Amino acid sequence: MLSRTADSLFWMARYMERAENLARLLEVGHRLAITPGETGGNEWLSTVTIAGCGQDFFETHQNATAQTVTDFLGLSEHNSYSIPSCIANARGNGRAVRTALTSSMWESLNGTWLDLETKRREALSGTGVIDYLDWIKDRSMQFTGAITSTMLRSDAYYFTQMGTLLERADNTARILDVKYHVLLPEHEAVGGGLDFYQWNAILRAVTANRAYHYLYRDSLQPWLIAEMLILRSELPRSLVGCLAGVTDCLEKLSNAYGARKDCVRMANALHADLAYGKIEDIFQQGLHEFLTDFLRRNYALADQIQRDYLL
Amino acid sequence: MSGPFFDEMHNPDGSLRELYRQIQEWIDENPPDFIEMKRREAEFLYRRTGITFAVYSEGGSTERIIPFDIIPRLIDANEWDLLRRGLTQRAQALNAFLADVYSDQRILKERIVDPALILLNSAYEPEMQGVKVPGDVYTHIAGIDIVRVGPEEFYVLEDNARTPSGVSYMLENREMMMRLFPDLFTRYAVAPVDRYPEELLATLASVAPPRISGEPTTVLLTPGRYNSAYYEHSFLADMMGIELVEGQDLFVSDTVVYMRTTEGPKRVDVIYRRVDDAFIDPLTFNPDSMLGVPGLMTAYRAGNVVLANAVGAGIADDKSVYTHVPDMIRFYLDQEPILKNVPTYKCSEADDLAYTLEHLEELVVKEVHGSGGYGMLVGPKATKEEREKFAEKLKAMPDQFIAQPTLALSTVPTYVNEGIAPRHVDLRPFILCGSEITIVPGGLTRVALKEGSLVVNSSQGGGTKDTWVITGEQARYA
Repeated sequence: MLSRTADSLFWMARYMERAENLARLLEVGHRLAITPGETGGNEWLSTVTIAGCGQDFFETHQNATAQTVTDFLGLSEHNSYSIPSCIANARGNGRAVRTALTSSMWESLNGTWLDLETKRREALSGTGVIDYLDWIKDRSMQFTGAITSTMLRSDAYYFTQMGTLLERADNTARILDVKYHVLLPEHEAVGGGLDFYQWNAILRAVTANRAYHYLYRDSLQPWLIAEMLILRSELPRSLVGCLAGVTDCLEKLSNAYGARKDCVRMANALHADLAYGKIEDIFQQGLHEFLTDFLRRNYALADQIQRDYLL
Repeated sequence: MSGPFFDEMHNPDGSLRELYRQIQEWIDENPPDFIEMKRREAEFLYRRTGITFAVYSEGGSTERIIPFDIIPRLIDANEWDLLRRGLTQRAQALNAFLADVYSDQRILKERIVDPALILLNSAYEPEMQGVKVPGDVYTHIAGIDIVRVGPEEFYVLEDNARTPSGVSYMLENREMMMRLFPDLFTRYAVAPVDRYPEELLATLASVAPPRISGEPTTVLLTPGRYNSAYYEHSFLADMMGIELVEGQDLFVSDTVVYMRTTEGPKRVDVIYRRVDDAFIDPLTFNPDSMLGVPGLMTAYRAGNVVLANAVGAGIADDKSVYTHVPDMIRFYLDQEPILKNVPTYKCSEADDLAYTLEHLEELVVKEVHGSGGYGMLVGPKATKEEREKFAEKLKAMPDQFIAQPTLALSTVPTYVNEGIAPRHVDLRPFILCGSEITIVPGGLTRVALKEGSLVVNSSQGGGTKDTWVITGEQARYA
């Protein structure tokens, strides 16, 4: 297939996944804001930090509040980080390679884009932000559903999947990293005190609160939450879960093309480190250091995939 | 060509034409709110599928859907037979003319056509002189616009030999009608149109470079997603199962064209290009073009790749050359033209210019190189001021314009806000020229939705209708 087509599919999937993740992040922010306990409003600061747009945000805003952050990340059309920008980019990439999309995929993607303005206006009227975020999540999941249920299992599918998975891994790592620091009360050491509601909110961000109780049958413990989000392959949004998917796609692609590229080695190495990693070692190294390193390697892998196939 | 308009559904005395009887009955059987509901459904479906075109304006471009009218336009088997023969003949002559102009130039040497008109024309492409193309085919896909003024009277309004668009609407309109009104298709034997993509691909394969033994690698080259016809490009590529490429996807190495794929470079044999000549190769033409492929013309001239339509085909559809098409038919085919030309005044000639200026209020004046209905004057519809302003432009650059009588374009009943009313239509059939000539029955009917308007272009408020060629008996259950 055309390199440009593969590239557009890859980014279409990434942007759609990013829109969903932003919706999840904002939902968590709104949830934290109404739960008991003093967070001092720093959940909004952390939300901006996770999204990786702190600098740009504070160029135009004084304070991170429910209003400003929801507007900036959720509703604004004037910055490239926001949900509307992600949807527009996803649709733009999809439209550029329409022939590579099934009609279900296209209609889902285009339908989201067409209805976005109405939904945005409803949300702006002040009452409907949560409904709006739910709608974004629904549309994203409908889209990934259309991908898995209608797309041929050929190279186009693998590039699309990898876009979703690499973006998802990036997001899970960011949620864990930033929340881990921001959520801790200032004078308590990491791993010390635990605010149930706040950790619960992290789990909600990745729809894993039930999964946690199923896997651990224990009260919420930071290191177990970290272990689940990093090392448990059962959790589809865990780092190891996402990377298992990526290596699988690359294996199939290599077999189909009859050639193994550099990115295959990188993906397998990263996956192996997660698959055989232990949470004790990660804490020994320092969770923040581990996650920073993961984000760097995940980024390098995406970059290598682009070099090997998409240019 | 003056007097009352010919309505395709009714006889001059107001009685129903037999061909349309089942349509009338169908309209009578269905309450207006049912029809209204179906109209909304059609619009919703078009929007959801993203069947849009871009309208260029000063503020950039926006995506719009082209209005679709649900009353089909009917053509009976005899009428179609006449059109089919006339269109085939005309397409043959246009290709013969192009092959001649870019090789021996017999038609110029024998002064059938004034050499200056061709050789000094900006649509004539010197780069193509002496270049051989497979099968001597230059315009592989021709769109020949037909207007009707009476029961047996068809005129060719203009030829489109470069990159005619609109065929996706022909196909989508049929899909839409079959989806919305399946019962209507049980009342008529409608000739199917859905083989078009297959025939287009076969046509392109039939003119592949001679070195190809198996299936040639064919691609569709688009200017990209911001082009007004992008939907059509992606639709056709999809239906043909070929790659939709942009200039950046192709590169030329040692006069061979390759596309960049996830598995490395792949050789390309035939390019159905929807990029204009001027933008196709920045090394040969417009150096600022980002849409083209550097070196493509070298590969083309070396015979390593086929472009459809050929570079330079525009000289055949130039509006100043249009008047000579009947001569071409006589000269190359030794036949009388089956389809008539609209009488045309060339403003470059003093007598014609004088006539045009005197009769502006009854003429349509068009730019010689214009298209899409931009920059034309419809005399009877224009105000006195508009005519006077236009007259100044005419006098300043007379050779940029031609004038034609305002044709009494036929009308077909159409749903508008006030109900069903006659609206003017034209017809663009698509003629495929490869090792043989094929025409899918019908074509794209464009309809001027504004009352009394004669301009059918989508950029000027035109819509489309499904076009039915009725085969065999007029109606199955008459």
